[in-house]
Order: sequence, then structure tokens, then C-alpha cells
Amino acid sequence: MLRTINFETMCSTCGCGHDENGPTILKPGEFVGASVPQFGLDHQHDHTHTHGHTHDHSHGAEKTILQIEQEILGQNDLLAQRNRGYFEAKKITALNLVSSPGSGKTTILETTLDDLKDKIDFSVIEGDQQTMNDADRIDALNIPVVQVNTGKGCHLDSNMVHGAFSKLDLKENSMLMIENVGNLVCPAMFDLGENFRVVIISTTEGDDKPIKYPDMFEHSQVCLINKVDLLPYVNFDVERAKDYARRINPNLIFFEISATTGQGMELWYNWLMENKV
Amino acid sequence: MHELSIALGIVKIAEDESAKANANSVKAIELEIGSMSGIEMDSLDFAWPVAVKDTVLENAKRDIDYIEAKARCLECETEYDIEHIFDACPKCKSYFKDIYKGRELRVKALEIE
Repeated sequence: MLRTINFETMCSTCGCGHDENGPTILKPGEFVGASVPQFGLDHQHDHTHTHGHTHDHSHGAEKTILQIEQEILGQNDLLAQRNRGYFEAKKITALNLVSSPGSGKTTILETTLDDLKDKIDFSVIEGDQQTMNDADRIDALNIPVVQVNTGKGCHLDSNMVHGAFSKLDLKENSMLMIENVGNLVCPAMFDLGENFRVVIISTTEGDDKPIKYPDMFEHSQVCLINKVDLLPYVNFDVERAKDYARRINPNLIFFEISATTGQGMELWYNWLMENKV
Repeated sequence: MHELSIALGIVKIAEDESAKANANSVKAIELEIGSMSGIEMDSLDFAWPVAVKDTVLENAKRDIDYIEAKARCLECETEYDIEHIFDACPKCKSYFKDIYKGRELRVKALEIE
């Protein structure tokens, strides 16, 4: 009664095992049906297991305990390290951008790409449950982009990222921006092989976000506080938000920005230039 | 709901390991889950029946070794129990800490037949 688990759909299906719930990885203009490049361990061995065992094993019940001690996220972590090795070899700086939906991730990305594209070779992976909208926005800037639609999935995993950058022909010394699915919970557990994780919060959210969703802040190196141009109109205390975030991660670096007015973006750009591999 | 992904990951490990050992069935599975592992136990319980259906784990007993998190203060070396990542050292109030226990997310053992 062995069921084949399709690894690449494992992290995003509803459990029914049908491929249509798996991620689709597309470039702008491309259509569903294009195959997803995968790593070697894509367990598609459709072993038919025709063991018509007649169950005449002796009922002395030979129980065996297998001490396997395996990390449940081991598979994801292993593939993440492979991605990391690839990035390192090609001197690619990879950033994983995480936030709740609506914090302004895509706008920050658009502004950053537009302002720095003469200085840095960018590529982008967009993660969303549905639609090509974000990839189309990046494509309009003439930046190479691939969209991963996770279907039912709530996060990107290292295998999806590998599948996506395999379609991107990444240049040496370039920077890969990975915009994760808008979700402050699930993506925290999944290493993608990035150099830096950047968590974004905006002033239209609560300033207690860091302590409500601590895992994401713990595993990030940079925190962008977006929409600071709206501070006069909202009840958001920047210092309180920083204080909460520092309780979780005392080493977090903050930038207060507005992607629409450009306020504070210069410091963020300096950080990107300085921390580029 | 990443707990479903986690449950499917557990199923995959159990299927691979029991196939390697030529087992007919898995009687029990022992998991180690830390309180800081990012797993919501109620969500895992909810996802479990869906994940194990038609697999070697369908009828397996699930034993969970739930591990409470412990931290060591990086300023004064006090060891303390933590409930939240942002809990401060009870002695010196520092937030700098090493969480040395409670991150476990592991399949420890399988009982096969």
C-alpha cells in the first residue's frame, strides 16, 4: 500500500497527490503546460508495487524498531544548501523578501530595480498562489523574471526556487530577488538558499507585528519599515515596532522607507551595494 | 497551514525508510517536536489523517515527544525556560540568547513489522 509522494508537490498540495495542485513556474508570456525543471531527487519513481502478498507471514510478529533520527525539513534544507552552493559559485547574491500581503513588497522591488538596474544585474522570482500579475510588473521594467504560482501552497520551498532559477540563466555577480508568498507564518520555516532574508512591515499594519509573528523576524537579517510617508495618518509607533523586533532579533538592521515617495530608499540601496557578494 | 507540508514530509520519510527495510507495515512512529519548532500541534492533528491516508502510516500509532524550549542567556549565562522567542532573561533582562532546546522537528523512530 505504498503511495508515491511527488516531492515537488509535497509542500503545496492539499494532500490528494494530484499534480494540478503543484506549483507552476512560468515566464511572462509562457503558458501552463511547460514542464518544471527539477533536481535529481524528484521521486517520480512510479513504483507499481505489485506485491500481492498473501499475508502468510508467521504471526510471531517480528517487530523491529528503526532508529532513523531524520530531520523532517531535511529534504528542503538539503536542496536549499545546493541552491546556496550554486549562488556562491556564480557569486550571486540572493535575497528572500517576506511579509504579509499588502505591505508593498512588489512596489519596493519595482522601485529598487528601476533605481539600481544600471548598477546591478537583477533577476526576480515572484511567488504567489495565483496570477502572473507581479511577474508582469517586473517584466515591464525589462528585468528577467519567473513567476511561481504555488496553487494551494502558502510558501516557496527550495525546490520551487531551484526550478524557477533554472529558467532564468542567472549571470555571474548578479542579484536574485525572491519575492515570497505574502504570508508571515509559513515561509519562516523554509530555507531557500538565500544570502539574506528581508522582512517587510508597513505602517498600515499594527506595530506589534514582530511579537505576533516572531519566527519571521528571528530568521531575518534586515527589516524594511515601508509606507513611512503615511505615519501622520496612522497609529503606528516606529520605535515601538523596532523595540519589539529587537527583542526577538537584537541584530536586525532597519530601514524606514517609502517605496512610493522614495523616502529613505537611499540607505537601503547603500546597504544592497555594500552587501552584494 | 505548513503543518500539512510537514505531515507529508513525515509520510515521505516513513515510506522511504519502511521500503528500504522491506517492512509490511508501520506499527508506530515516534516524532520529536520542540515547542519552538514552528509547529502548531492542533494544525498537525488536523492535517494528519489527510496526509497518512493510503500510506504506510495510515494505521500507525503516533507518539510525539514534545520538547519544551530552553534558552541560555548570552550575557549572564543563566539557563531558563522560554515560552516565546522574545522572552528576556529572567535575571539580567537581556534578549540575547541561544535557544538550545525546543527546535526539534524530527522523525526519531519507526516500529515496523
